[in-house]
Amino acid sequence: MIHDLLSAADLDADSATLILDTAVEMAAMADRDIKKLPTLRGRTVVNLFYEDSTRTRISFEAAAKRLSADVINFSAKGSSVSKGESLKDTALTLQAMGADAVVVRHQASGAPHRLATWVDGRVINAGDGTHEHPTQALLDAYTLRSRLGGIAGRHVAIVGDVLHSRVARSNVLLLHTLGAKVTLVAPPTLVPVGVSEWNADVSYDFDAVLPSVDAVMMLRVQRERMGEAYFPSAREYSRRYGLDPVRVSRLPEHAIVMHPGPMIRGMEITPEVADSPRSTIVEQVANGVAVRMSVLYHLLGGFK
Amino acid sequence: MGYPASSASAASPSTQGKTILETGDIGRIIDRIAHQILEKTSGARDVVLVGIATRGVPLARRLVERISTFESVDVPLGVLDITLYRDDLRLRGARSVGHTEVPPEGIDGRRVVLVDDVLFSGRTVRAALDALKDIGRPRAVQLAVLVDRGHRELPIRADYVGKNIPTALTESVKVLLTETDGRDAVVLQEETA
Repeated sequence: MIHDLLSAADLDADSATLILDTAVEMAAMADRDIKKLPTLRGRTVVNLFYEDSTRTRISFEAAAKRLSADVINFSAKGSSVSKGESLKDTALTLQAMGADAVVVRHQASGAPHRLATWVDGRVINAGDGTHEHPTQALLDAYTLRSRLGGIAGRHVAIVGDVLHSRVARSNVLLLHTLGAKVTLVAPPTLVPVGVSEWNADVSYDFDAVLPSVDAVMMLRVQRERMGEAYFPSAREYSRRYGLDPVRVSRLPEHAIVMHPGPMIRGMEITPEVADSPRSTIVEQVANGVAVRMSVLYHLLGGFK
Repeated sequence: MGYPASSASAASPSTQGKTILETGDIGRIIDRIAHQILEKTSGARDVVLVGIATRGVPLARRLVERISTFESVDVPLGVLDITLYRDDLRLRGARSVGHTEVPPEGIDGRRVVLVDDVLFSGRTVRAALDALKDIGRPRAVQLAVLVDRGHRELPIRADYVGKNIPTALTESVKVLLTETDGRDAVVLQEETA
């Protein structure tokens, strides 16, 4: 198995499939009364979060605890970081404390890669800037596989703020590895430069893509990363790229609606669609714990 | 990636060596153990058979089938993969996790008979006991094995033994079953380094 999980591109089809298969067994455990396995007893997992996060941090924490690892949560607010400590010094502190794995979220793209060069333990990227979020891609793949019965040959549309989305980037990489076809749908201003290098088609017309997809993955419009105007108004954005019941009715009957969360109801997705049976939004959160357990197991299980 | 296949569960172990049990022997042993279970548990009352992956599972399935033939009782069948409970993960590395299936009736208050192919150090059984404890609280746990080859490292013994085979530590016992290996046999081999 790989040493660190920094990018969805670190995984080949076999490794990704192994992680997803193990996650199925991990998910079965969630139905039991005792949701605990002794597998990672004595290992220490540090959650190092420089950026706000609820679901990812809680999900990693639950995953590590269910495998009996010790969890140390470190958030930049209220730590020495606010006194000016650098990422490197924080990393060396964690190293000295004997962290076997560091789960890191950072506002700067590439921070986990740097961190991996400073610590001996395993590093798992839990989202870095606008770059990558590999465990989100894995849980999305898990959700797609369990709902659609497979990934190879399926068509997935990733819709919205692709430019600022680490979820989109990781998903394009992983879905391509697993044999799916991906279409990115976004206004031209929210399509990243160099997208022609990605293994994905690009469309500016959501309605034209709808009839041929097996899944629609909606992205949040990341206002906090937008310094300038990328589209004229929220209303115009919603009208052209939002998912409402009319658009859902044009999807094939089996197609599912996904969103990595947090979602902005009324912006990229209407409440009726978000709460409909075709939406897998809550399921994705539950799958996240199983997938992260699997990742921790495979990275830490045999690590001395 | 590629994990090295463990010697006990390699897909098609080489079959050179001394054959200890043939198809007919294994069939008779299964019949006998099925009878013993019926005898010791008053007709398999409240019994759940749980096969330990990999080769304990087809053995448990055969026992369930024999028990239902002899006394027409339906004994629930469970499958236990103990990978996540192993005590040598740190030494041997993370491996792919097999399927665990708890019978719909559960195991609370039941007599669980664990079924495995070979009893050796006892560490697999210890892991299985730990796994059972997380699934429920059986009234009693018993152990049935096809082969007991000795060399216990833990205070564990079997309630039902197919055959005791004295072995040297340098030897290995390969159990082949039709369901997993295409034929039934137990072969004793000299371990090759």
